[in-house]
Amino acid sequence: MRPILLAGHERALTQIRYNLDGDLIFSVAKDQHICAWYSHNGERLGTYHGHVGAIWTVDVDPTTTMIASGSADNTIRLWDVKSAKNLKTWEFPTAVKRVEFSEDGTKLLGVTEKRMGYLSNIVVFDINPDPAAEQTDERALTIVCDESKATVAGFSYLNRYIIAGHEDGSVSQYDAKTGELIDNIPIHELNQPIVDLQWNADRTYFITACKDKSAKLVAARDLTVLKTYPADTPLNSATITPKKDFVILGGGQAAMDVTRTSARQGKFEARFYHKVFEDEIGRVRGHFGPLNTVAADPTGKSYASGGEDGYVRVHHFDKGYFDFLYEVERERINRMS
Amino acid sequence: MAPTFEHLREADLDDEDYNEDEIDVSDLRERFEVQLEHGYDTFVVIDGLPKVTEDQKPKLVKFLLRKLNTVGSTREDLIYMPMGEDGKSLSFAFVEYSSAAEAAAATRQLDMVPLDKKHTLRVNKMTDIERYGREGRIDETYQPPKIDEFTQKEHLKWWLKDPSGRGRDQFVLFRGDNVGVFWNNEKDQPEGVVERPHWTETFVQWSPKGTYLTSVHAQGVQLWGGQSWSRQARFAHPYVNMVAFSPSEKYMVTWSNRPISIPEEGHPALSIDDDGKNYVIWEITTGTPLRSFANLDLPKPEEGRPPPKLQWPAFKWSADDKYVARLNPGQSISVYELPRMNLLEKTTIKIDGVVDFDWAPATVQRDGVKEYEQLICFWTPEIGSNPAKVGLMSIPSKEIVRSLNLFSVSDAKLHWQSEAAYLCVKVDRHSKSKKSQATTLEIFRVKEKGVPVEVVDTIKDTVINFAWEPRGARFAIISTTEPVGPTAVAPKTAVSFFCPEKTKGTTTGNFKHLRTLDKKNSNAIYWAPRGRFVVIATVHNQQSSDLDFFDLDFEGEKPESDKDLTANLQLMNTADHYGVTDVEWDPSGRFVATWASVWKHTMENGYHIYDFRGEALREEPVDKFKQFSWRPRPATLLTKEEQKQIRKNLREYSRVFDQEDADRGASADLAVVEARRHLLNEWYEWRESMEAELAEERERAGLPKDPHTHLLEAKTKTLQVADQEQVVEEIVEDVLEETEEVVVG
Repeated sequence: MRPILLAGHERALTQIRYNLDGDLIFSVAKDQHICAWYSHNGERLGTYHGHVGAIWTVDVDPTTTMIASGSADNTIRLWDVKSAKNLKTWEFPTAVKRVEFSEDGTKLLGVTEKRMGYLSNIVVFDINPDPAAEQTDERALTIVCDESKATVAGFSYLNRYIIAGHEDGSVSQYDAKTGELIDNIPIHELNQPIVDLQWNADRTYFITACKDKSAKLVAARDLTVLKTYPADTPLNSATITPKKDFVILGGGQAAMDVTRTSARQGKFEARFYHKVFEDEIGRVRGHFGPLNTVAADPTGKSYASGGEDGYVRVHHFDKGYFDFLYEVERERINRMS
Repeated sequence: MAPTFEHLREADLDDEDYNEDEIDVSDLRERFEVQLEHGYDTFVVIDGLPKVTEDQKPKLVKFLLRKLNTVGSTREDLIYMPMGEDGKSLSFAFVEYSSAAEAAAATRQLDMVPLDKKHTLRVNKMTDIERYGREGRIDETYQPPKIDEFTQKEHLKWWLKDPSGRGRDQFVLFRGDNVGVFWNNEKDQPEGVVERPHWTETFVQWSPKGTYLTSVHAQGVQLWGGQSWSRQARFAHPYVNMVAFSPSEKYMVTWSNRPISIPEEGHPALSIDDDGKNYVIWEITTGTPLRSFANLDLPKPEEGRPPPKLQWPAFKWSADDKYVARLNPGQSISVYELPRMNLLEKTTIKIDGVVDFDWAPATVQRDGVKEYEQLICFWTPEIGSNPAKVGLMSIPSKEIVRSLNLFSVSDAKLHWQSEAAYLCVKVDRHSKSKKSQATTLEIFRVKEKGVPVEVVDTIKDTVINFAWEPRGARFAIISTTEPVGPTAVAPKTAVSFFCPEKTKGTTTGNFKHLRTLDKKNSNAIYWAPRGRFVVIATVHNQQSSDLDFFDLDFEGEKPESDKDLTANLQLMNTADHYGVTDVEWDPSGRFVATWASVWKHTMENGYHIYDFRGEALREEPVDKFKQFSWRPRPATLLTKEEQKQIRKNLREYSRVFDQEDADRGASADLAVVEARRHLLNEWYEWRESMEAELAEERERAGLPKDPHTHLLEAKTKTLQVADQEQVVEEIVEDVLEETEEVVVG
């Protein structure tokens, strides 16, 4: 599995997203521009300029028509993928830490930072899927997180719930129409922030990555913890692989937390766990800083990781990856066929 | 009406309208009155004296004085013996000593001492009699002491009979705030025995035979044991820092750097005598303190030198728990007899300049010596023109059995072999210019007639570590060329093995150098508890962390050069445990645990378990991992013959055990597969129900089955309308074949 090294950013990566077809990768970093890449060969398709602060987050709509990005310049921007035109800019009093489209691309949510007397908000906008159309200024919904600030959030299946991960290690389930809090469950260690939340393909369950050195698989319907993946280092990101029942966790000791950081103790590796059995099955080395983000190709062919070192590494899985099966899995497949 | 000057009456002259004498302040007085010592602290009361007449009195006093002056100084005129009306004495006397400390010593050492055949002295402090014997303090009618019902104690050695029948060993893990005891399951997850949060405040410690687990708290020390892990004993030594047991678990020493301060209302275990003391010696079964000691005043460090470190253990026990001794550096060794804790023959052993001493770790039967004895070795540095000296002393006779003079000594370390058959004195020597260093090893053959001393050839380098093979006659040393000092990179070290030559008889031959391994980083030697195997490790080192597993009786071919030696060295395996801080063999010598403790650094804390060959069995990273400790085992009860028998039939046993292991492995695998099958089914059931629910709801909402297909289709249409066909050209280079031609010239 030889990785493709995407050396387009000058500073630490913050988020990577594949489009639905798995042919494009969008990456954002603290260096103020968004990069789009061909996933199969790592060629750069283009960049999106306009933000004037570190970009924390990016997401692409299901038809790869528009991307949204959130930045420390206190804006969410909507871009036309093809022309790189900035379609819309929404301004906020504080930085935007997370954006995400709903599964049908008609809604966009953003999570704003708690700072300077402003509480953390989850805001929702209705999106007109036509890039030529005027986008609304009106917020469809605002959820104020007064208990513990929201760090990550996303839309569940059928746009029914908004699920948010909090700084105190809990997850919340909100009604996506009314913004009403339905449930809040502490699933991670108290006051260890949840730093990533990614969905499976049909958005019925999600994985959280937490600084408490564990990742958890949680059902969107009732927030039951289905699986737990313990790691030996604080995590920054976690993703669920389609096609194979794995999850990929990324993290590592932050450079500021260690006095003498070598690749060895930093644990700058992507870790693969079996989604169902919770066993660690492998690690991929390469980064020389902590992994800030991992993303899985929705078609299941590859995955990409972005590190504090400023590189994106795209790994296309080889035959061994697809052939690997536990005995009981093979048994099940044989029985089904 | 207020009195005017004219109307003044006598009574009004007082500033206050009351008479001080009339006020009852007895309650306040009782509460606040300062306990005046009255100087009675130097007085003791002696009971149990014979009744004597006025004529016999001087004789008795004289006789008594001889006893009394062994612990302090008093005079004839300081003894007051009251006479009864019948002209005879009342069989008690008051004695004044010159200091309170002497009086205290008298009560401790003279109480219950026989005066003659009929009379036994009872010595009490006068203040104590005042305090406990004053009127009203003693009930006039006899109350029989309450004796608690006998309760059966738990079996304290239950763990030796492993319920699984596999003779596993236990270990304790201390991580975060949790202390847990586990059965070692080799490769598998250790089986929990007991786990408690906040079981200890600072550390845990096993007693030397594994009977008790010690927990340390601000209030004192607690011992836990038995199958229910109930509290077996409690030793209330406030702010205790360190604990040390006697070898057979009869006694214990606790130490705190803060002197004990007995509060006004008293202390549950300690008495006012213990005030200001730092060490307490306890009897474990009864939980009573036997005697307490204060820290010794350490000699002032020389200018520019760091103050001398506290020696621990300060109190060292003889192998059979009969004696305990403490060094007064540069002056003497005090040996106390147990259980009374009296100074042996009432005097310390004066040894000018004594630096260090150690008891023989086993009771030795020396050649041609019939009497009971325990051995102490000690060394003194060069003083003036006198040479440095190593001495071997027999206790209780205090006779020097053997001594050895040494010159140009800069330091010496005493190393006893586990059976006390050998004593190695590692002597660091300097040349006359005091520049170059060298080390010699002086080996005392303790069990041989006259205790001959053998010098193992001078080693040019500085020896930083030495260890005897337990129950053997071989040893390993680690030496380094450069002086050990604060350098960024520790200098390279060399590991050398020594063993005796082969001899015809049963005697041990001369010690010969076996092999040296150069350019290592190793700094620690860990012998297996039964010898033969040894781990040479690099601990507390940021750059390297090697573990080398050696066998000294390798059953393979022996090199020709070693044919006269009693060892065949073989490196079995090497391992690497990053950041390892500690290494410990299990008591059976089958496993080695290595761990990286958060007490030393915070990188990759956790433990590893290896088998004796160095094969890694388990690696467990644990956050905030503090301590690992194997539970020790008591000595075997089998006789030499029985052990021999077992060794003879080892093959038989191992066949049975191998079969058991294989069976267990198979059933464990089966269980794992079954558990996985269950998990997988559970997962797919959940997924199916979820997918069905989702499909149903989408249908109900009038949405297509897949949320994306129609979106993508619509998008594709718009693109076709625009008819922007674009060719994405990709050049893929594939290496179809690669041949390598070698041209032979």
